[in-house]
Parts: sequence; C-alpha cells; structure tokens
Amino acid sequence: MILGIETSCDETASALVSADGEVLASVVSSQADLHARFGGVVPEIASRRHLELVTPVVREALAEAGATLADVDRIAVTQGPGLVGALLVGLAAAKGMAWARRLPLVPVDHLRGHVASLYLQPDPLEPPFLCLLASGGHTLLLDIRDHASHAILGTTIDDAAGEAFDKGARLLGLGYPGGAELDRLAAHGDPTAYEFPVARVPGLDFSFSGVKTALLYATKELSEDELAARRADLAASYQRAIVRALVERVSEAAAQTGAKRIAIVGGVAANSALRAALPEAKAAALEYCTDNAAMIASAGRYVEAVPYPRYLALDAYASAEV
Amino acid sequence: MESETSSPEETEALAGRLAATLRAGDVVTVSGELGSGKTTFVRGACRALGVSGAVTSPTYTIGHRYHGDGVDVAHLDLYRFQGVSAAEWGDLEPYFDETIAFVEWPEAGEGVLPAPRAVVRLRHADEGRRLISIHGADTRL
Repeated sequence: MILGIETSCDETASALVSADGEVLASVVSSQADLHARFGGVVPEIASRRHLELVTPVVREALAEAGATLADVDRIAVTQGPGLVGALLVGLAAAKGMAWARRLPLVPVDHLRGHVASLYLQPDPLEPPFLCLLASGGHTLLLDIRDHASHAILGTTIDDAAGEAFDKGARLLGLGYPGGAELDRLAAHGDPTAYEFPVARVPGLDFSFSGVKTALLYATKELSEDELAARRADLAASYQRAIVRALVERVSEAAAQTGAKRIAIVGGVAANSALRAALPEAKAAALEYCTDNAAMIASAGRYVEAVPYPRYLALDAYASAEV
Repeated sequence: MESETSSPEETEALAGRLAATLRAGDVVTVSGELGSGKTTFVRGACRALGVSGAVTSPTYTIGHRYHGDGVDVAHLDLYRFQGVSAAEWGDLEPYFDETIAFVEWPEAGEGVLPAPRAVVRLRHADEGRRLISIHGADTRL
C-alpha cells in the first residue's frame, strides 16, 4: 500500500491507498478534529501547525487502515506548489519515515494529485479525458493524455473560481470561506434575477475578477433590509454566472480537443450547480474534492519513485509548474 | 498623491510608473476593499518589472514569487490572516528576501512586516473608476 502525505495549504492530511486505488484510510486534520486534540488553540496559517499535526494524522491513518509502516511499500508526498514552509513539513516527515524503513519516496505535484482523485476506486476514470481543476487557488483546463502527463489548455488570469465563490459569499455576508454556504443559499434563489457578466478573455483562459466586482456593485445599491431579502437571488445569479463561464470553456475545450470524456476536480467540483450543469462529466467524489492525501497517494501510483536514499536531497517548490 | 483611473489598463499603467522607482528590498502595501483593483495594480507593477506569466490572486496560496527583469517580485496576500505570529512570519520572510514585495491586505501584518517604501490605497469611485493614493515613495509619477 501507498502512504500519502499532504501539507501544501491549510490541511494536514494522510491516507493509505492500495496499489489498485482503493482508499484504505483518509484523514484530513480539519475533519478529524485533530487540531483540537493535538494542536494549538490559536488558529494560524503557519507551517508550525502542520508540524504539530503531521505525526498524529499519519498515526490516525495507519490506525484507520489497521496497518503499520511495515505494510507500506512507498510514500507519496506533495512537493509543490504551495507555501514552501508548509510543504517542507510534509516532505521532511515523508523523507524521515521512508528513510527509516528504506522505502522509495514519490514526490507528487498537488495539482496532479487533484486529477488523480479520479483514479481512485470505485469506478476510476481512465485517460484520456478533459479535466477542469477548480479550487480556491487554481482554475485550470487540462488535457489529460495518460496517467502521468497532461497539457494545460487554459488557466485563470486573475482570481480562481473557488476564490470567486468564497469572496462572493463574503460580500453577501455569509462569512469566509463561504463557497459551500453560497451554494446552499443559491438553491433558494432565482438564478435569473440578476445578470452578472463574466469577462471573456482570449483562448481558453478564465477571468473571475470582474464578476466579483459586479456583485459588489449590486450589493452596494441595496439597503441592509433589501440585501437580506435579495440575498438568495444574488447568490443564485452569481453562482449561475461563474458556473456558466466554467461550462462554456469546458465545452469549447472539448470541441477543440475532441475529448470524449470530461471530468471535474478540486473544491469547486463539489458545487451542486456545476455538477448539475455538467451531468455527463465525471466529478471527483465529494470527500476528495477538497485537499486530501488519498489523491496524493493515488498520484503516487503513476509517478516514478525516487529510490532510497536519493530523495533526501529533494526540495519543495512554491509555484505551479505551468 | 492621488490619481483616478477609469480602466484596469490605467490602473496597471499607474502601478508601472510606481514600479519604475522601486528596487530589491522595497515593500509596497496595497490596501482596498474587495474588487477595488489590488491584484490589477500588482499585475501592472509586475509587468513593468518584467514578469511575463499570469499574475493571479494569491489569496489562497498566500504568496507568489516571480522572476522579473533582473529582480524577483513577490506578491503576498494576508486576507486569510488574523494577525501574523512569529511562526507565520517565519513562513512569510523568504518572500521579502531580495525581492520587490507587494502585500495585499497588509493590515494583519501591521508591526510585523518590514516598513513599506510605498503605501497604496485603492477606493471605488463611481462605476468602473478607482481612486488610487500612493504615499511614501517617490511621488513624481
């Protein structure tokens, strides 16, 4: 089995995945409430938090799978992109465990990890396919040719789709991050109440900065009472604008590449309107849309492992290799 | 000094003129509410400094570091921070090392971030227009 470790952003996560893609355990710090048990009380965005949590999270995953490190064949870990300090915590933990047991180590790109969430059991998707990767930090259209390679067809030129959802939620007074809350509220609103334009940029790129500003202007015209009364309509219309932009680009990319199959991954793939608008698309399982380590272990099945002990020199990288 | 811009292109051009006065080690804070054009402003500065690829919002990723023309450019966003603890500063510090650093939502980093060479504030005027004040730098733009 493969042990996966992910510390690129907010979540400290670990998972165990079998060679054929079955998830034996998947632990994410926020879900498991491990932070309350092992972490500090002050919420902070720092690698120190990953440091506090990485060992408990790995232990929890092993316990959940009824396994020990002796059962692990290789360790897959996120190498980038992300905050270097955060990445180094996961990378150092993975190196230490792999070195102690003389295991090979597989450095995994976080974005490739999201795509590899589609290769998990049950019902794994086989390449080639067209993939929309939409999260808080990234919005990419990828031509997935095989398990280990892809071409980038388009990317956001300003805000990511998930960021647009979360910041829109904040403008509507839903707190932050509120993308999921906006999705729930939108179900009670009229998606045609407002016309929010989404900028069309050349090629297959995306732009979500303007639609956020359009929502801001719409909320500014309303009194507090009016805003409360129209909040669901605003949410539904705003969501429709973002989803429409995503779906249009996916359709254009499918036409250009002749892709037969379409997939959606990343946090935004959990959005109900996006899933409904692309009924033919294969969406990542809900629990593997947001950051997790099962997807990293899954990607680790297709990336060449670095043999013991050569990986000790591996470094993290901050920016997407795009 | 305060300027008014009426398009993203004008905001980028204004940022480019500020960028021309900066050198490695300089920090520029960029404040303003959601949608006021902060990332657009930083993109303009990045372009003027020779950064060619996409300059996107670092709200989630917290920091980006780009190679410019003879200088590295850092683009940070403290939107998700409540304050900046010593441990958090340890993660952020490398982004200020030998770079021209632009910091969006700098308020959480008050007292922790290096003193800025320029303080940029963006405000919405009427639709599509922005009032942009730049203080502290060479203001003969």
